[in-house]
Amino acid sequence: MSKQKLVVVGNGMVGHKFIENMVEHPDYANYEIVTFSEEPRLAYDRVQLSYYFSGKTVDDLMLTSPDYYNENGVRFIVNDKVVAIDSINNKIVTANGREEAYDKLILATGSYPFVPPVPGREQAHCLVYRTIEDLEAITASAQGSTVGVVVGGGLLGLEAANALKNLGLEAHVVEFAPRLMAVQLDEGGGELLRAKIESLGVGVHTEKNTTEIVKGETCRYRMNFADGSHLETDMIVFSAGIRPQDELARQFNIDIGPRGGIQINNYCQTSIENIYAIGECALWDNKIYGLVAPGYQMAKVAVSHITGEAVEFTGADMSTKLKLLGVDVASIGDAQARTPNCLSYTYLDQHKGVYKRLVVSPDNKKVLGAVMVGDVDAYGNLLQMMLGDIEIPGTPEAFILPAMEGAAPALGVDALPDSAQICSCHSVTKGDIFEAVKGGCTDLSGIKSCTKAVTGCGGCAAMTTQVMNAALTEMGVEVNNNLCEHFEYTRQELFDIVRSKKIKTFEQLINTHGQGKGCEICKPAVGSMLATHWNDYILADEHLQLQDTNDVFLANMQKDGTYSVVPRMPAGEVTPDQLIALGQIGKEFNLYTKITGGQRVDFFGAQLHELPIIWEKLIDAGFETGHAYGKSLRTVKSCVGSTWCRYGMLDSVSMAVLLEMRYKGMRTPHKVKMAVSGCTRECAEAQSKDVGVIATDKGWNLYVCGNGGMKPRHADLFASDLDDETLIKYVDRFYMFYSHTADRLQRTSVWMDNMEGGLDYLKSVIIEDKLGICEELEADMQRIIDNYECEWKKTINSKERLKRFAHFINSDATDDTLAYVAERGQPRARIDMAARAKIGKGEIIKTLDITDVAEPV
Amino acid sequence: MSEVWTDICQFSDLVKNTGVCALHKGEQIAIFIDDESQVYAISNYDPCGNAYVLSRGIVSDYKGKLTVASPLYKQHFDLTTGECLEEPKNSVKTFPVRIEAGKVQLA
Repeated sequence: MSKQKLVVVGNGMVGHKFIENMVEHPDYANYEIVTFSEEPRLAYDRVQLSYYFSGKTVDDLMLTSPDYYNENGVRFIVNDKVVAIDSINNKIVTANGREEAYDKLILATGSYPFVPPVPGREQAHCLVYRTIEDLEAITASAQGSTVGVVVGGGLLGLEAANALKNLGLEAHVVEFAPRLMAVQLDEGGGELLRAKIESLGVGVHTEKNTTEIVKGETCRYRMNFADGSHLETDMIVFSAGIRPQDELARQFNIDIGPRGGIQINNYCQTSIENIYAIGECALWDNKIYGLVAPGYQMAKVAVSHITGEAVEFTGADMSTKLKLLGVDVASIGDAQARTPNCLSYTYLDQHKGVYKRLVVSPDNKKVLGAVMVGDVDAYGNLLQMMLGDIEIPGTPEAFILPAMEGAAPALGVDALPDSAQICSCHSVTKGDIFEAVKGGCTDLSGIKSCTKAVTGCGGCAAMTTQVMNAALTEMGVEVNNNLCEHFEYTRQELFDIVRSKKIKTFEQLINTHGQGKGCEICKPAVGSMLATHWNDYILADEHLQLQDTNDVFLANMQKDGTYSVVPRMPAGEVTPDQLIALGQIGKEFNLYTKITGGQRVDFFGAQLHELPIIWEKLIDAGFETGHAYGKSLRTVKSCVGSTWCRYGMLDSVSMAVLLEMRYKGMRTPHKVKMAVSGCTRECAEAQSKDVGVIATDKGWNLYVCGNGGMKPRHADLFASDLDDETLIKYVDRFYMFYSHTADRLQRTSVWMDNMEGGLDYLKSVIIEDKLGICEELEADMQRIIDNYECEWKKTINSKERLKRFAHFINSDATDDTLAYVAERGQPRARIDMAARAKIGKGEIIKTLDITDVAEPV
Repeated sequence: MSEVWTDICQFSDLVKNTGVCALHKGEQIAIFIDDESQVYAISNYDPCGNAYVLSRGIVSDYKGKLTVASPLYKQHFDLTTGECLEEPKNSVKTFPVRIEAGKVQLA
């Protein structure tokens, strides 16, 4: 049997979702796919489009890649529009004259922005907001403008207004309806949203009907309104709703709704059996769905029908939760209380800027809808109650009132059916999460990578955590975050105890809050906490027993029991004299020498008794300890920046030196790495670090919680265009908050992945000081900085301490079991292959002999 | 036959819950002291990691036994018996050790 050929017209989010679902289908081998896009690139994330203005690149927004399509045998043609459908011979024709036959045709042509027919709308600086090209045009236009107006106060319009504001313009929103977000909000919600947006300096003009756009007096244009008023502006962005892109279907006799949209049945079939329509171009039950989740659902339904299954499209919930101009907004179900005889509960707090309305059934038992502005914590619970038709536990008002003494009633996730959809972006159900937990995912980051839940809009994080915990409880897994058998506390709780009770030693802590004598898990963890909080000398007698050998001898133990030595080289900057000194030391002690990934020099093969002698020489040459052995700041990598580089925007080396000197010696739950890049070319790879800093033409962009290594994670953009002082303030707070709340040996990337509320929550703590702790965080950091001293300098000045740096306490002999071989002109440890196989529990892997590489001529 | 005890170091050279390494009759011996000033001696050789490092591990209360966790791959060795709790075939020798007149002695 030959393969069925599927032609997908349009490679937007929904068209791509259809292809992805086909590729993942078990019967995919029976199909071949061709897709066309009139845009110059493959599918990207339009929902996140506004992030383009806050630092995300086109690459960041891409949902797929040519590689993915090539690997899966999907042919794709970009920059070519399908202009004709021949439904008798089953083929399509493109603008470039290409013909392509099909067995099934899928129309995923999306929508186009509606521009009201206002005279003057076709001028150069009148734009729309939908594609990356549109954003590029807006950016270009903004460069010569000081005032910008968005026509349309809906969801996209407010996003566009935020974009104009981010571009440095005086921004205004002009709306025809009497309130903002008229579709999703009621009057009270719209009013509060308006007040909040106005307080951000964005002008809001409702009930304005634009009659014409003419030449302006103070600006490029003047918009005249029907009520006789006017507004001057340099540029206009239309975002007054969307219209289905149904032109192709209309021309070739596929049924279209009276007000546009390609009519489809419950299987997403159009009036022609083998032609489907999905996404914003499709009209189901006289409705166009302008959100991505219903589009994804249609993609799934079409795949199911084509492959012979029977999933039906039965409408979609339009509830939504999002952040607009920094304001949390949510809308659920019947937000405007249109159901006959329904009842409403309303809560308004003008001081904090919170509005909530809950709409319930006439019998007061079921949730019908809700509006929330300023505080959307109840979204997950209320949405599940509405979708699951679940009776409200307790009194309805409790769900919108602020939490008072005693816990607010929680919707038991037990009440939800397995089919309850927890993550609507990726259609993840309660059952899916239970499956994942049973399959071994026992924390939020595991659930994320396994089910994709929480990775879309992120709105379901709290709900997903509740379901995960319910699954763990059901399996009898006690969620036990105790540090170890000696302390029935989490690291965070122990840290609070150390701080509040002013505990200074391990003995004090285990006697008052623990049991037994401690182990290799709790001892270094407590040692780290004591160091974070007090920053005492870690080798004082009372702390010595807590430290790993690396910390005891201030060097990294290698496999043969010798150590590596890494002096600090802030930002990778080193003088020729220092390099010469390093070379002499390496030569004198016959040390294997290598450059690290963190831009410094690493010496290997130093024996215990040699460490103090080596360090005496290093300190004489002006070096101090590099803390390569500690759970602490390693390095701040830098590119050369504006001092030498033709492209550098700011002096990245000086900033990196400043940061490295500020945070050196700081003890953290796990090691932390930083980098500073002088421009967006990002040569220092700052986005793979715990804290990354990138220079822009307006200041520093701060990225947090990135990681290279075992499980790479791209850092999140945390704040943009910061001056030096603000940058340092945020980094101070970030590190202390991490040190206070992370688990033992938890890198910042995992800490972030497990944080309820994620990046937004972290921003609210560090930028907005939601918890009121920022002053304390800064003071804690200042104490660490004030107490810094080089541990090696202190050690070589202490006779008592130096005694420990002998291999034998009773002899000057050294360890005679060490053996080295020469390799490429340097010594290296002799590898016992049998022993290695034992450690690796595997076979000996054959390797090529490259011990003697020819010297360059 | 009475054992002959050799002075190794001063008692004051030991720091509670840590170890030192001694060279005695050609062998590397790790000596530890606990909270109650009790001393222990086992081989300094870690058969799991194939290096002479046990004296540099963390003293650990593991499943009710006083052990040292190897600094290389963290296996636990019972300070009293030398038993390797994770890999019993990699257990190590113990040695007689005592404190006498302010000195640490091995037999």
